Amino acid sequence: MTVRIITGNEAAAWGARLARVQVVAAYPITPQSPVVETLSAWVESGEMPAELIAVESEHSAMSVCIGAATAGARAFTATSSNGLAYMTEQIWWAAGARLPLVMCVANRSLAAPWNVLNDQQDSMSVRDAGWVQLYCRDNQEVLDTVVQGYRIAERLNVPVMVCYDGFLLSHTAMPVEVPDAAAVDAFLPPRPQPLQIVDPADPRNIGPVVMADPRRDADGVLRGAYLELRAAHHEALLEALEAVPEVGEAWARATGRPGCGLVAEHRLDDAEIALVAAGSLVTQSTLVADLLREEGLPVGVLGIRCCRPFPAAAVRERLRGVRAALVLDKALSYGYAGPIATDLRAALYGTPDAPAVYGAVCGLGGRDVTPEALAEAARAALADARAGAVERPLAWIGRMAREEAR
Amino acid sequence: MDASDLIAMSKPARGEAGRTGDWRSARPVVDASACIAATQDRVTCQICWAHCPDACIEQGAPPAVDLEFCKGCGICADVCPAHAIAMVPEAEHGVCEAAEGGTR
Repeated sequence: MTVRIITGNEAAAWGARLARVQVVAAYPITPQSPVVETLSAWVESGEMPAELIAVESEHSAMSVCIGAATAGARAFTATSSNGLAYMTEQIWWAAGARLPLVMCVANRSLAAPWNVLNDQQDSMSVRDAGWVQLYCRDNQEVLDTVVQGYRIAERLNVPVMVCYDGFLLSHTAMPVEVPDAAAVDAFLPPRPQPLQIVDPADPRNIGPVVMADPRRDADGVLRGAYLELRAAHHEALLEALEAVPEVGEAWARATGRPGCGLVAEHRLDDAEIALVAAGSLVTQSTLVADLLREEGLPVGVLGIRCCRPFPAAAVRERLRGVRAALVLDKALSYGYAGPIATDLRAALYGTPDAPAVYGAVCGLGGRDVTPEALAEAARAALADARAGAVERPLAWIGRMAREEAR
Repeated sequence: MDASDLIAMSKPARGEAGRTGDWRSARPVVDASACIAATQDRVTCQICWAHCPDACIEQGAPPAVDLEFCKGCGICADVCPAHAIAMVPEAEHGVCEAAEGGTR
């Protein structure tokens, strides 16, 4: 084990290198580009024995990964923002074809207007595509989650998206424990055989058109159609609710570091209000909770590491006894609510004495989320919770007041 | 559970995509008195066989159409140099062979 002072992008590249990724295909986009630049340098120098395929778009990057993974290779890509949006068709294909890819998303806002800075609208917009989605608190989690991602993906035959905040993590250097290759090799053996071995002597059409209804295949076996394959895919994602924490524990045994599971919690036991967030906001919220505790305010934090599948049972369990949850979304389903707030309300619905869920949106397009603003939002939420407010309008943290615009 | 329960997959086989004949709204009918192969009584021409995108024309004099799989695209009628193939609306035939056998 070596401690290196590295950025989130370098941590992602180290994860891919330690996972012995065999094929990398990517197209540059801020703030993801240094991931592939780092991998490219290692491939060029011979430090990483992988095939690096330069492509002309993100759509092609994912297409190459689909082909490589279908053939049995361990494949990797990374993107951000509009690159992810451009790739969307193939994101769905990779999931439906049940390919064990890992993709890093250095989270960035979506245009228009053009903005290269952080929020989580990009990956949140594809959360329904059938990938496991994991959000990282810090650069250590980025490295850890990339390696763990392959073990989860290859166990369940579903792709894994490793999301980390652009610039806040992607371009910020911090100490990261880089495990020895031998420890990672013991944790992550070579990829198992693909679901279908590509064999010209016994050809298969993989991913053909399927009809609406079940029918008999060429061997006379009754096979499910689209609906049955989708149901099996959903069930595989639900299995990730067990696989993600189990793989986290196995990683902890392999590396000696604390494992990470579906959620992270901080001082929730006697908390009256919980700050709920994903990504680097979890780290920030933890610091803010500690500051507020010094004021005597009972604040805790629930970090959502696994956004898909949504860990409904875990959040119900962890939020028991809390008066209100203040959800800090860095994305918005325009016209309704933040995605994590929506999922949390659904998870808590019907639970006796469920906490109120207050939605807040922050950090869009790189707007700084200051500790002061978070603390103020938490104080206001606590006051509302103590007054018994069940519902509140969506709060915008850090939004300029209209009178300031004059 | 095998791979076919998790991903869509097929292997080359007759009728793998189902009995596509029941998609047809018109069927090719060969006029043997005009067909080049039939009039010469030998397996010649066969341009319809070469162009059929579903490989459901069998070589012969005249060539024979497998109506269980012919989708009725009409390419054979279009390419026939003797204009010996007519696309006749299915309604005039009453029974579709593929539909009678059920969809596989």
